[in-house]
Amino acid sequence: MSETTTQIPEEKARIGAPSIPGFTEEGENLSPLNDSASSPLAGASSKSHSHGGGEGVADSSRAGRLTSYNVEDFPKLTGREEDWRFTPLKRIGSLHTAELTGKAPKVELTGSENVTLRTVAADDAIRGNAFTPDDRVSANGWKYADGAQVLTIPANAENTKSVLRITGESLEPAAQHLVIVAEENSEAMVVIDHVGSAVLAQNIEFDVRQGARLRVVSLQAWESDAIHASSQQAVVAKDATFKHIVVTFGGDLVRVNPSARFAGEHAEIELYGLYFADAGQHLEHRLFVDHAVPNCKSNVLYKGALQGKGAHTVWVGDVLIQKAAVGTDSYEANRNLVLTDGTRADSVPNLEIETGLIDGAGHASTTGRFDDEHLFYLMARGIDEKTARRLVVRGFLNEIVQQIGDEQLEERLTETIEEELAATHL
Amino acid sequence: MSTLEIKDLHVSIDTEQGEKEILKGVSLVINTNETHAIMGPNGSGKSTLASTIAGHPRYKVTSGSITLDGADVLEMSVDERAKAGLFLAMQYPVEVPGVTMTNFLRTAKTAIDGEAPKLRTWTKDVKEAMAKLKIDADFAGRNVNEGFSGGEKKRVEILQMELFKPKFSILDETDSGLDVDALKTVSEGVNRAQEENQMGTLLITHYTRILRYIKPDFVHVFVDGRIAEQGGAELADRLEEEGYDRFLNVQA
Repeated sequence: MSETTTQIPEEKARIGAPSIPGFTEEGENLSPLNDSASSPLAGASSKSHSHGGGEGVADSSRAGRLTSYNVEDFPKLTGREEDWRFTPLKRIGSLHTAELTGKAPKVELTGSENVTLRTVAADDAIRGNAFTPDDRVSANGWKYADGAQVLTIPANAENTKSVLRITGESLEPAAQHLVIVAEENSEAMVVIDHVGSAVLAQNIEFDVRQGARLRVVSLQAWESDAIHASSQQAVVAKDATFKHIVVTFGGDLVRVNPSARFAGEHAEIELYGLYFADAGQHLEHRLFVDHAVPNCKSNVLYKGALQGKGAHTVWVGDVLIQKAAVGTDSYEANRNLVLTDGTRADSVPNLEIETGLIDGAGHASTTGRFDDEHLFYLMARGIDEKTARRLVVRGFLNEIVQQIGDEQLEERLTETIEEELAATHL
Repeated sequence: MSTLEIKDLHVSIDTEQGEKEILKGVSLVINTNETHAIMGPNGSGKSTLASTIAGHPRYKVTSGSITLDGADVLEMSVDERAKAGLFLAMQYPVEVPGVTMTNFLRTAKTAIDGEAPKLRTWTKDVKEAMAKLKIDADFAGRNVNEGFSGGEKKRVEILQMELFKPKFSILDETDSGLDVDALKTVSEGVNRAQEENQMGTLLITHYTRILRYIKPDFVHVFVDGRIAEQGGAELADRLEEEGYDRFLNVQA
């Protein structure tokens, strides 16, 4: 595939590179702003105040980003902020300014019987254990969420599978808060299936406790008028694994911000994503992996296809390896396949390394066009143009679909991809 | 018997300096069971001929004709040409990410034959053909050409040729970049396809060394978009000794 916009070759961080200004053997000397040993912690103790750079302070490090439970702590958005510069604020349904009092999407649970769903009040102590709003929209969602729905996977549960069907029934701006707790040594798959129409500021927290293995699929299969901003935060305890797969097809503007923070050693985080943007759609994914403790492993791979005039995708991948996180192994990549003219794919991998004592760290980003030489090669083997194009796109996206590990869902996604391809003469 | 006939073919490409004529009137008749070697210096139009027969969109036919048993090849789309029995072993096979060899070979075979191959015999055929070409069995699960070495890519081209059983194959510098062992393996594949399917072969090459393993019935020397000389296998021997200087000097 030709790589037309960005290409950063795969690389491993060099350990102990000498005599580069601003660097020591331990890594980069960071600005005083980021010097603080404390990371932006969540939990009851921090709910009363804010962390981070605050107003007027330019910060280059992800660690310095403002987090707060109080929406007023976040300045009004102008669209020039680093984390909003790609998002068309006009199309975000006033989620950053409005009172989010519309009817929140309906939540229905199906699946394993030992997994339970309950509703708690907004001030319940469980809310915010693994979550701190990190932008104005998520803080606004925090403010207006009418309680929270709590899904609990009991300790030592084996191989559970649950589907949370989130059905949007109103275009009034609304807020929603979900808490998913994977108790100690549980093993679970949770599908969060977004359908219908909504204008929604959604916050989801994943409390992945010691030794738990949680696999989450967040599927955005909205109707075409939906507006969805979703902050999905995970805290991953010792020996736990967290696998998070975002699949975004539907909606007018969808902005999903998954973030995952290691809270104990020998844990593993995998963040995958698959998006398919059609004409006029804005699909944005901003993720953050916070290596705050030693000896953890993370892997990120997002793949997207774009077709049709005005299809816009944004991928920003922040990986932070903190000074304490020695023995980290991390990799992140984003791959985009541009199928037609008139689309735009923004792809920004950010890798911050504060210690040189790591096993590996790398990033890659490619955005490629559907290549006439591919087409010629396949057609010269008797394959007609339509089949050839589908073969390439399907193959490209399949790598993520295969991560889901659920036959029924994989089939549904394969069908959706086929429908997307059928929609624009491919 | 089938016949591929090229008549007074003129082909141009678009360049930054405008349209440039590459082929300036080429005529050739190839029958099944015949091997024609096309030789010539770099830039003489050999690969242009190959790509034009296969229908690459970059090459524009300004006049002349290509017919296969009387049917107008130039009217056919790229895939229709393959279905009609033409095969181009490419000089630079492209990588197709996310598409496994297994999936690709079966999809192509189904397209060419108009029906899906019988699974059991097909799997066996693929395995055997791979073994004969000394291609590792694990290539079947890998993506098309992805991470293959130059020599592996060429062998995989010949693998396709053996499996798809075309009436005519055009080998576009298949020998370039191959070591002696790989050259022999590839040549054996071509000879097998010829023997088993009476395939007609158009062998495009810069060097004579592949002609030690694949014996041409006819040799055509390309210079500046035209056939400058034609003969039998002995012409290749002469070229081996004299090189292309004789033709280039005439031109100058």
